[in-house]
Amino acid sequence: MIEIKDLHKSYQMGSNSLHVLKGINFSVKEGELVAIMGSSGSGKSTLLNILGMLDEADSGSYFLDNLPIKNLNEKIAARYRNKFLGFIFQSFNLINYKNALDNVAMPLYYQGIKRKERTDKALHYLEKVGLADWATHLPNELSGGQKQRVAIARALASEPKVLLADEPTGALDTKTSYEVLELIQGINDEGKTILIVTHEEDIAHMTKRIVNLKDGIIINDGTVKQVRANSYV
Amino acid sequence: MFNRDRWNEIIEALTANWFRTLLTAFGVFWGIFILVILLAAGKGLENGVKKGFGDIATNTMFMWTQVASKPYKGLPKGRRFNFKIRDVAAIREKVPGLLYISPRNQLGGFGGTNNVVRGLNTGAFNIYGDYPEIINQDPITITSGRFINYGDIDENRKVAVIGEGVKKELFKFGEEPIGEYIKIQGVSFMVIGTYVKKSNNGDRERGQKEIFVPFTSFSQAFNRADNVGWMAITAEDNNSITKLKKDIINVVKTNHTIHPEDNRAIGNFDLYEEFSKINGLFIALKGVAYFVGILVLLSGIIGISNIMLIVVKERTKEIGIRRALGASPWSIRGQILLESIFLTIISGMTGIAVSTGVLYLVNKILEGIPESEETMFANPSVDLTVVFVALLILISSGLLAGLIPAQVAIKTKPIDALRAD
Ligand SMILES: Nc1ncnc2c1ncn2[C@@H]1O[C@H](COP(=O)(O)OP(=O)(O)O)[C@@H](O)[C@H]1O
Ligand SMILES: [Mg+2]
Repeated sequence: MIEIKDLHKSYQMGSNSLHVLKGINFSVKEGELVAIMGSSGSGKSTLLNILGMLDEADSGSYFLDNLPIKNLNEKIAARYRNKFLGFIFQSFNLINYKNALDNVAMPLYYQGIKRKERTDKALHYLEKVGLADWATHLPNELSGGQKQRVAIARALASEPKVLLADEPTGALDTKTSYEVLELIQGINDEGKTILIVTHEEDIAHMTKRIVNLKDGIIINDGTVKQVRANSYV
Repeated sequence: MFNRDRWNEIIEALTANWFRTLLTAFGVFWGIFILVILLAAGKGLENGVKKGFGDIATNTMFMWTQVASKPYKGLPKGRRFNFKIRDVAAIREKVPGLLYISPRNQLGGFGGTNNVVRGLNTGAFNIYGDYPEIINQDPITITSGRFINYGDIDENRKVAVIGEGVKKELFKFGEEPIGEYIKIQGVSFMVIGTYVKKSNNGDRERGQKEIFVPFTSFSQAFNRADNVGWMAITAEDNNSITKLKKDIINVVKTNHTIHPEDNRAIGNFDLYEEFSKINGLFIALKGVAYFVGILVLLSGIIGISNIMLIVVKERTKEIGIRRALGASPWSIRGQILLESIFLTIISGMTGIAVSTGVLYLVNKILEGIPESEETMFANPSVDLTVVFVALLILISSGLLAGLIPAQVAIKTKPIDALRAD
């Protein structure tokens, strides 16, 4: 599903250049649930953003479902993001003046789907994350965990090939984190490919594979025995 | 582009901060308001001034004789002369493009001695010897009977068309004047018609106190022989009297042996020229109105642009989220542009509506002023063209106002936009 080879990325800051990714090689197959770990500043988000086509690598190759992701103009990048990817952010990134349902329906709006169908689909995914009753609530009427569930429903709504989650539990307490992870595990069980950036060991061990990043290179990459989130409850 | 979701988004975005939206809208509202009011005021002034011309055919000149100021062909200077009836035929023959040539003779004047008698009633009126065409040049409205016709001219009939003002002074209230006789300087004329004159440059009273009799019977009754007092000459619509004036004057100069360079021998008043001058003035006034109005509007537009820029900055993160979810640059750009155009048009249309309302009120007040009072201001109004032009200006200014903010909105990389807070 994801193929990257010799990926480099540096940030230019005035005359200084910060080399963040120094040749990353890895691939993810369909249906995997991968954690990208590493200390703060190790380049996890940078890597995820490149995978999400929100940012571009300086060199190296990236194939998403055998499609070369290189020198895309913003129009095509937007379409690919919409079709192939679902994002889950640490700070949820819901649009605060839209209710839960409308937030979930947004990617469908950009797919050009008719209103009626959009609402039906969005409601279906809200149900899936257990928030059907909260459809008409604005984000500020929801708890952190609920917000992240809405965000997950939104990421799922466009039926993407890959879910990319950057510290999805970073703003949540442990109990809520596990509930969110339980949801993510469920989605993965249904076959969705998911990448999670985290620096929390317990969260990482709820995935099936951990990729360890340090100083811009992968120092460790291996499968782990998945801990089911609901076993904690 | 015009689907419901798009509009929902726009309404949502604009109503998110009511107060700011209203403040922003006010600039454009004010600009259009000023533009419309200025244009309408100009129009009102124009209507008022042009009303002074009454119904008179504006492509008209008046011409009279003065005193020869140069000796010519053995004739001395200081010589007096009169137009003759044959001058009319000569002008008609030699100057093409003229519609009416009306020779006129006149008796009496404003504030002159009493010259008309009927029974015990007397009055001082202007008496004109005229041809039937004069009614097309200086229109009057016949209220009873008829105007002079060529039968009257050919048969030297002693008939008269009198103004309602004359009727009031010479006849009892409710008395029927048609068929009655009045004595003009001792000569009896039968009344065949009465008239009113629309407006006439502050001379409303005088306009109704004139008497028209056939040119021929006038000459006969008052011993004018073949003399002509003055002429009213109107050019055809596609000619201008101002251009033909010189030819006309040259014809009569030749007829009366006047030096070709004697500019004082023949006096004239060119209504068309005066009218053009006034027209020019109002075109200039309109230009000023547009200039000022558009400048005010421009500051309104800059206001909108400014606010949109702030809105875009504030919504950087939201735009980032939308782009992460798959919004194309054009959908973002279109959104900002539509928002800006929408805001401009709404506030502009409100401006047009309010200014039209104000004009309506002003018109109501003006209508309340009695007819006889002379105002320099009448029916201030804007026509549909102005509204249409204003609408076009609004759409393009909305577009203009949104252009920079829209560009700013998509300039930021999605990842940077997402990082903003
Ligand atoms: N836009 C940027 N400009 C400059 N430096 C950046 C930028 N984004 C990230 N960095 C730097 O790159 C390094 C890696 O950042 P990041 O990928 O966010 O790390 P992580 O997500 O692992 O904490 C950090 O040192 C960070 O300061
Ligand atoms: Mg990070």
